[in-house]
Amino acid sequence: MMKPTIKTAFAALVTAVAVSAAALGTTPAQAAGAAAKPAAQDWSFKGLFGTFDRAAAQRGYKVYKDVCASCHSMNLIKFRNLQDIGYSEAQTKALAAEYEIQDGPNDDGDMFTRKRTPSDPLPAPFANAKAAAAANNGKAPPDLSLITKARAQGGDSVIKVSMKHPDGFTLGADYVYALLTGYGEPPAGVEVPDGGSYNKYFPGGVIAMANPLVEDAVEYSDGTKATVEQMARDVSVFLAWAAEPELEDRKRLGIKVMLFLLVLTGMLFALKRKIWSDVH
Amino acid sequence: MSEQNTESKFMQNGVVKWVEHRMPIFSFIDHSVGSGYPAPKNLSYWWNFGSLAGLALIIMIVSGIVLAMHYTPHTTLAFDSVERIMRDVNGGWLIRYLHMNGASFFFIAVYIHIFRGLYFGSYKYPRELLWIIGVLILLAMMATAFMGYVLPWGQMSYWGATVITNLFSAVPWVGDAIVTLLWGGFVVDNPTLNRFFSLHYLLPFVILGLVIMHIWALHQFGSNNPSGIDVKGPQDTIPFHPYFTIKDLFGMGVFLLIFCFFVFFAPNYFGEADNYIPADPLATPPHIVPEWYFLPSYAILRAFTNEFILYWPVSWLMTAKLAGVIAMFGSIILLALIPWLDTSKVRSARFRPIYKWFFWIFVLDWIVLGMVGAHPPEGAWVLIGQISTIYYFAHLLVVLPILGIIERPLALPESISASVTGGETKPAE
Repeated sequence: MMKPTIKTAFAALVTAVAVSAAALGTTPAQAAGAAAKPAAQDWSFKGLFGTFDRAAAQRGYKVYKDVCASCHSMNLIKFRNLQDIGYSEAQTKALAAEYEIQDGPNDDGDMFTRKRTPSDPLPAPFANAKAAAAANNGKAPPDLSLITKARAQGGDSVIKVSMKHPDGFTLGADYVYALLTGYGEPPAGVEVPDGGSYNKYFPGGVIAMANPLVEDAVEYSDGTKATVEQMARDVSVFLAWAAEPELEDRKRLGIKVMLFLLVLTGMLFALKRKIWSDVH
Repeated sequence: MSEQNTESKFMQNGVVKWVEHRMPIFSFIDHSVGSGYPAPKNLSYWWNFGSLAGLALIIMIVSGIVLAMHYTPHTTLAFDSVERIMRDVNGGWLIRYLHMNGASFFFIAVYIHIFRGLYFGSYKYPRELLWIIGVLILLAMMATAFMGYVLPWGQMSYWGATVITNLFSAVPWVGDAIVTLLWGGFVVDNPTLNRFFSLHYLLPFVILGLVIMHIWALHQFGSNNPSGIDVKGPQDTIPFHPYFTIKDLFGMGVFLLIFCFFVFFAPNYFGEADNYIPADPLATPPHIVPEWYFLPSYAILRAFTNEFILYWPVSWLMTAKLAGVIAMFGSIILLALIPWLDTSKVRSARFRPIYKWFFWIFVLDWIVLGMVGAHPPEGAWVLIGQISTIYYFAHLLVVLPILGIIERPLALPESISASVTGGETKPAE
């Protein structure tokens, strides 16, 4: 009795997919927003057992610090968090002490300035959103703490296709990498207003951020050559970590939980078979 | 209390007897989910989704209570407090991802549960009230999920809240007053967030109360079954415990496997990227899309344009927007009337050769509505949305009443026992 039902359900689903595919074919491209689809890169943090490449993330921090941080804040990241990507506690102390922060009021009621400690956030380039907007043609550069989750569907989801996104998700890091390496001359017919730049991966094609990366913009301490691709790659790893710092813990625990549930469910199934063996 | 159980070792225990004499809780449990509750022996795995929905509700309440310990319902702090849960609270990311994905899996379980009821005619006499309470649970779930989605105060939270609350402005005369009441002001702002948080904490317990009523009503006549025919005697049933307790537990294992896969390996699969951008009242996202479980309703809402044929008959009376709002709520509320819209006396689609097909077309229609809701209303999607909206209502208001009259059902088996042991089914004379 069960079999035809499942067959019918399957047939219905197949039809649904066919209908959607047909419908998609007739949908006009979404307004002017159609941006090029970023290519999938080979990130070490992908997949069920993914982990962040510590060296790449540390180089990425340097790119952020020397290039991105002049316009973009990362308010959710504290210096102590940098221990996640392989810095020692002493190193985070030293990195934090490079910057000052206003603290207080002290016992006399005065505000004072002190060196940052690992529990302080990374310094923001502007005092507030208004100041950031005023310095950047009226639009504040976005905070980068969550950028890989906020610009691409699904975070680092290992499943890439959904009803809403039948053409597949883009990994956040893929988008950041594509964007940073996607600057170029606009094709004929695309107007780029003053203060804008053409980037084929940005929705609409015109981005307010000027091409931020030029060869040797940073000097890597591990001797890696700072090509634009290398820096874009490294900072993408750093930003992917910043957006999902729990990723490694999550996947590690996930494997254990799945194995536990598999064994438990298997035993429950065996017990179910045994208990039901006398029912006719 | 069944006889064998009164004599069970457990019931002979001194403490158990002492409690049982003063408050018969053990026999109550036994009658509810124990050996004293007979259930049809032919229940299929489609009957697992009730207990799975119950499990999802418990996961949501427990994880939600923990989240509320760390969450701050204020427009300037809500987004960061959620990120603090993700980053600094011990195990916080796990609790939040359980809650986020738990909502989706609650709806998956409930939608399958509802479609199971539709296929096997579980809403028919004497289970109409049971079904109606179920529709109320669905409505309460939708309200709860909507308000919960607002709490992280991301872009989609804010704009979703704006779009949905604005729908009520279409109500004649009192619309604006209702919207002001929902907002607690003149825009979606801190008072809105505060009242949504308060109600989001309250409503799950309303759902819990409704679930208790749902189970209470269920136990009056017991479960329907795949054959749709009544239990004729003890030969048709087996005790709930241990047969269905173990079957439900096994189902929960499978459910948790799939659920945990998403929690640990695709936690943002069901979410929207835009909700990781803090709410900004000055920047509207290009596409405001609700969570997936609202997409069919959203498609029905948006189908009502001035050119939509279903709108013409009422166009002299109301705006297309109001018609859409009524249709959207109507599409859920109408479900409560299905026991009377379906005129067939036969419950299970197994013995309804034509209804069986219409059932699957209805499922397909619902999925297509979901896809329409996910896409911007342009191009072919507009027409597909309007056709599937017409079909949704046609199924409930035309197909169900007529089919019961013209369809010739197959012969029903003698009994559940007979159907299990392979009773032949042939067309009725």
